[in-house]
Amino acid sequence: MAKEMSGAEMVIEALKDQGVTEIFGYPGGAVLPIYDALFQHNSVRHILVRHEQGAVHAAEGYARSSGKVGVVLVTSGPGATNAVTGLVDALMDSIPLVVITGQVPTHLIGTDAFQECDTVGITRPATKHNYLVKDVADLPRILHEAFTVAATGRPGPVVIDIPKNVQFALGVYKNYKDVPHKTYRPKRDPEDQAIARALDLMAAARRPIFYTGGGIINAGPQAAANLRKLVRLTGFPITQTLMGLGAYPHSDTQNLGMLGMHGTYEANMAMHDCDVMIALGARFDDRITGRLDAFSPGSKKIHVDIDPASINKNVKADVPIIGDVGVVLEKLLAGWKKRKLQADKAALKNWWAAIKGWRQRDCLSYRRKSDVIMPQYAIERLYALTKKHDTYITTEVGQHQMWAAQYFHFEEPNRWMTSGGLGTMGYGLPAAIGVQMAHPKALVIDIAGEASILMNMQEMSTAAQYRLPVKIFILNNQYMGMVRQWQELLHGSRYSESYSEALPDFVKLAEAYHAKGIRCSDPEKLDAAINEMIAYPGPVIFDCLVDKMANCFPMIPSGKAHNEMILNEEAGSDIGGVIDAKGRQLV
Amino acid sequence: MSTSHYPAARPDEPIQRHTLSVLVDNEPGVLARIVGMFAARGYNIDSLTVSETSHEAHVSRITVITSGTAQKIDQIKAQLSRLVPVHRVTDLTVSGPSIERELAMVKVVGKGELRVEAMRLAQAFGARAVDATLESFVFEITGVTEDIDRFIDMIQPCGLVEVARTGVAAMQRGTAST
Ligand SMILES: Cc1ncc(C[n+]2csc(CCOP(=O)(O)OP(=O)(O)O)c2C)c(N)n1
Ligand SMILES: [Mg+2]
Repeated sequence: MAKEMSGAEMVIEALKDQGVTEIFGYPGGAVLPIYDALFQHNSVRHILVRHEQGAVHAAEGYARSSGKVGVVLVTSGPGATNAVTGLVDALMDSIPLVVITGQVPTHLIGTDAFQECDTVGITRPATKHNYLVKDVADLPRILHEAFTVAATGRPGPVVIDIPKNVQFALGVYKNYKDVPHKTYRPKRDPEDQAIARALDLMAAARRPIFYTGGGIINAGPQAAANLRKLVRLTGFPITQTLMGLGAYPHSDTQNLGMLGMHGTYEANMAMHDCDVMIALGARFDDRITGRLDAFSPGSKKIHVDIDPASINKNVKADVPIIGDVGVVLEKLLAGWKKRKLQADKAALKNWWAAIKGWRQRDCLSYRRKSDVIMPQYAIERLYALTKKHDTYITTEVGQHQMWAAQYFHFEEPNRWMTSGGLGTMGYGLPAAIGVQMAHPKALVIDIAGEASILMNMQEMSTAAQYRLPVKIFILNNQYMGMVRQWQELLHGSRYSESYSEALPDFVKLAEAYHAKGIRCSDPEKLDAAINEMIAYPGPVIFDCLVDKMANCFPMIPSGKAHNEMILNEEAGSDIGGVIDAKGRQLV
Repeated sequence: MSTSHYPAARPDEPIQRHTLSVLVDNEPGVLARIVGMFAARGYNIDSLTVSETSHEAHVSRITVITSGTAQKIDQIKAQLSRLVPVHRVTDLTVSGPSIERELAMVKVVGKGELRVEAMRLAQAFGARAVDATLESFVFEITGVTEDIDRFIDMIQPCGLVEVARTGVAAMQRGTAST
């Protein structure tokens, strides 16, 4: 149905047609017509953030916890540039977003007008795709196309830059929702031959492993359900990347936990020694592979990815399968059953015996202290006390993020929101706000570091305004702990600028933001304090004072292979000297 | 041992030169998108030509010559294909016999014997004088890159002052179309 309306109204109309109910944004001169249209319609709820970076992370949290596309609205110039970190974050972690930016009127473009910036130029490498809309006649198509591009194939952020005169211009609106795109055709269906070859390899495997990533979560709950079935059916062990946590239940006996730089000993050893690796929606990132030329040297690799550019990028695949991992899992499952395939039971028994040996190293054990809260212990207690709740976790970036990944456990997908690819400090609080918007009744906790949380602390105001009861659980070690840990490893413990000097009083800060502040430094009182946080019906900042010098283990140091992990007990106090000169140059 | 997490070209992996024909939607910024991707990922561009090929269909053809290991070339093709406005990527180097042509304009300034020599060379290479004054010529030559390189080398001593080249346009031989 075609209707005449302004460009600004088209934006609202398209959001409605796309089923968008919440957007995150911040107004300014170049988007005033759209804000005016928002004011006059009540189909879309706008959440006013306090910084545009916060809007994008909130939309990411919203998207990843709900499976919907996250939507952002910001102004031109500084509004757009402030959004860039969030865009790259979403690009790296494959999060579907549509970000609408205002632009100066078309006749002023290129004149260095007030609050003009080359938004499409700046965001070109920061997005999956972007548009500058110069004619209102193109706007309806582009608005809908942006949702298709963001949500399908390998998801990602899409920017639509709309000059102010185009927002005012009148045009004819049409719903292009299911109109196919001219060129963009992501391949969902894998080739049958590739599936058959994968099944052959799997059935003949003696030491197989499933290596699974965030792609499973992007593929939707059905993919996670089929993954469970396939893992059970084959009896193979499974490990997850940081982004893949929750796609497979942590408590299951076949689960070896997270792999990679701070993954478990058993997961990394199994990856190193396996003979068939089934990579599902994971991209062989450097945090996963460690030293590339020593990465899983004896295995045949099946690599399933929707993005053809992910295949053979870092690691050569023996059986590449391009397609939606959800569809691929269905086909693998059906093929395994139809061909009545059997795993090599005897070989698998030996393989599990080896894994059992590695598990016995108990790589996540740590020494508890009676006078100070160990950060690992804090996460363990947080997990134990929130387990029965409908809980969603976001994190900032640093040691606390890795401890959260190691000691907080997930049984379901979409419960774990973290900045994996970009590693953006300041992600967690706005992401938690987005999650809470999508799940108003849930318990949403940002596991934070005292340094990271200050990067987007202003979003406490947003939480207060919308009465979002998000909980910020700060593992306060008074250091940029992850930086300090690397300085110990690589730079002779010279703690250059990594001490968190002049911290605010987080309890008072909470109160200043109309929230509740809780501080705890005594392991004995920790449970009661956490319970107090959970019970409080509004936002809470929990300042958990933890051991200042604890480090995050196990760890594969840079430039080392999976079977060269440092475990806790070996590390002792001096962890310097483990990395050689070449490893030092890596990040 | 590798000093990088990223795969370094192993010395035994030969560098190949490939001609890619990329059909794109002729939307604003499409060239920046492609060139930016090459720059950001550290791929080489040896030659690049772009022009609209169908005004009605709003389609342009970009011919790009790039070089790298086989693995790199595959990556480049995959990275190009995933750009939203890209219709199709054809690797003319592997898709069967193809023709490549480049056009150059070559200006020489000189008198007397040098002028005669320049004319003689042009004739031998099949270059055409498209402009002439008493002291100068502009030659137009069309051919494969190597022939043009050779012509420019040879005519250098005859008073070469300026060269303008189009870069390579390429197409499959026979009935096949990309
Ligand atoms: C925006 C940004 N700047 C810098 C870094 C580099 N960095 C990684 S972890 C870290 C320290 C984080 O400290 P804190 O939040 O206290 O966490 P901890 O490691 O102590 O748990 C820094 C500075 C980053 N990841 N993101
Ligand atoms: Mg800290």
